Amino acid sequence: MAYDWLKGIEDHYDIVVIGSGLGGMTGANVLAKCGHKVLLLEHHYQLGGLATWFTRKGGHIFDISLHGFPIGMIKSCRKYWSKDIADSIVQLKGVRFINPQFSIDTTFDREDFTRLLVEKFRVAAETVERFFTDLRAMNFYDNNQETTGQMFERYFPGRDDVQRLLMEPIAYANGSTLDDPAITFGIVFSNFMSKGVYTFQGGSDVLIRKMTAELKANGVEIRKHVGVEKILTEERDGARHVTGVVANGRAIRCEAVLSNANIKNTILRLAGEESFTPEFVAETKAVRVNSSSCQVYLGIRKGEPLPHIGDLVFTSDEPVFSSEKLVDLHTTSRTFSLYYPDTRPGSDRYTVVVSINAKYADWNALTPEQYDAEKQRLISESIAALEKHIPDIRGKIEWMEAATPRTIERYTRHWAGTSFGTKFEGLKVSMDLPKQLPGLYHAGSVGIIMSGWLGTINYGVIVANQIDKALAAKKRTAMASA
Amino acid sequence: MTKDDCKKLVIDIISDIAPDEDLSAIKPEIRLRDQLQLDSMDFLDIVMELRKRHGIEVPEADYSHLASLESCAEYLTPKFAAKA
Ligand SMILES: Cc1cc2nc3c(=O)[nH]c(=O)nc-3n(C[C@H](O)[C@H](O)[C@H](O)COP(=O)(O)OP(=O)(O)OC[C@H]3O[C@@H](n4cnc5c(N)ncnc54)[C@H](O)[C@@H]3O)c2cc1C
Repeated sequence: MAYDWLKGIEDHYDIVVIGSGLGGMTGANVLAKCGHKVLLLEHHYQLGGLATWFTRKGGHIFDISLHGFPIGMIKSCRKYWSKDIADSIVQLKGVRFINPQFSIDTTFDREDFTRLLVEKFRVAAETVERFFTDLRAMNFYDNNQETTGQMFERYFPGRDDVQRLLMEPIAYANGSTLDDPAITFGIVFSNFMSKGVYTFQGGSDVLIRKMTAELKANGVEIRKHVGVEKILTEERDGARHVTGVVANGRAIRCEAVLSNANIKNTILRLAGEESFTPEFVAETKAVRVNSSSCQVYLGIRKGEPLPHIGDLVFTSDEPVFSSEKLVDLHTTSRTFSLYYPDTRPGSDRYTVVVSINAKYADWNALTPEQYDAEKQRLISESIAALEKHIPDIRGKIEWMEAATPRTIERYTRHWAGTSFGTKFEGLKVSMDLPKQLPGLYHAGSVGIIMSGWLGTINYGVIVANQIDKALAAKKRTAMASA
Repeated sequence: MTKDDCKKLVIDIISDIAPDEDLSAIKPEIRLRDQLQLDSMDFLDIVMELRKRHGIEVPEADYSHLASLESCAEYLTPKFAAKA
């Protein structure tokens, strides 16, 4: 008989968390610290979701989504995880852009962007100041229909170079386009722009190990290799409620479910259309998922150093920025993340991860032969592009490998292999979920703004607060009627 | 519980949420946001801590009552009294 990954668990928990991405783990941690009994289930053999890594022979270790996050991570990690985790967060100083329109180095903060926009791009200082200040003041609750592209035209008319500087890094970071609401750009850009780009020193493996230890210390029951197949509901007093989940074929009862699976998976596959009104199902189906990613992993042979060409290098051969070109199967836009030995103090290894935005549909349409050939092409084009900056790189590479939207789908099960959750409308569906099906909550990349490491951690906390509130109220009612 | 006791409990919570802030000179009538580096997540933490430590629920519609120390005391003291 197969090993029982659920061996020893109890029949009932206060909360079952589906998925161990940063949103799921943070939600689980906060709820456990509130005193709830929490079971965290992950279908993969490793925790972390997209905040993950893998190793290859030759001592190579590759980080998937550790390219950079905003300074706010320090505060969130300290409050919702530990001081130890927060203390390992350091700034990435070498951010570069290299494309036909400009070539610049920046510390990626408001001051430096202001300097660049004024001195290099010759934009009036007053306009730059107004842009940053207005962006900061943008409010989620303002009902503003403007798109990001329209907003750029308002501040920097006809300046596709300025637009590229402002948009390209954000498009890489969250898959957003010029057609998305300006508010999504405003919130994400203001976060990133406050004080530069940061990383976790020690690597994703150390971070997730520390978070796992913290979860255990706070009493969270964690099970890997456990996929949730169904969210169980029951009709009570004329309304449907969540009563548990089915995982690895076994029913587990609970008061509430916090799903970190993609919002469309959660509603349409795990809970099932039958649990909702036709209107809500239609609204969910209409949610557009974001684009996906390809990556090329280059492991450098032991003993071969790389020159310091920057930490995060945004490169492109496209003449101007275009949201469509960025995700094209044959795009020339790539972000190089260079991991020098100080990424993992004590290590002497170098690694390069190339990230490329991509469309799931393009990759899903390929035959197995075409798929392999396209992966090979990605690898060779990425190496050729890197040779422009490190001419002797080819001879130093010991391991090369590519991942595609299909890889992401396989490991995370996300709808259409999305890397960055959903477009803006997904946030409303996610937030409305507990009203539609009491006991079911969702926390994970949605709505562009609740995405990325910081966005999903904070969203996990926001949703944990709602669950804690609902369970506290339930306890009060139970006590009052006892 | 007096309003001053209530302010002390709120300051206790803030000192845990924002350990680097100097809370000795907070002006009760001035908005907390204007004196301290507090963002909307910090206010959510205050709400969670009030529930966890004192069993007090602050509905979303009432979050604005937490703006300053004075308004916190005004809003929360009766809630503490109702619990006692
Ligand atoms: C290539 C790439 C690069 C990125 N770079 C950055 C970056 O530099 N900075 C940054 O801030 N963000 C980056 N991101 C985004 C960031 O990684 C994500 O926004 C964030 O990690 C997502 O967290 P999440 O909570 O939404 O859950 P996810 O990480 O998506 O995890 C969901 C989890 O749920 C599990 N799951 C799903 N269904 C089930 C089920 N039925 N049963 C059990 N388990 C299930 C999955 O296996 C997975 O572990 C990047 C993303 C990608 C793809």
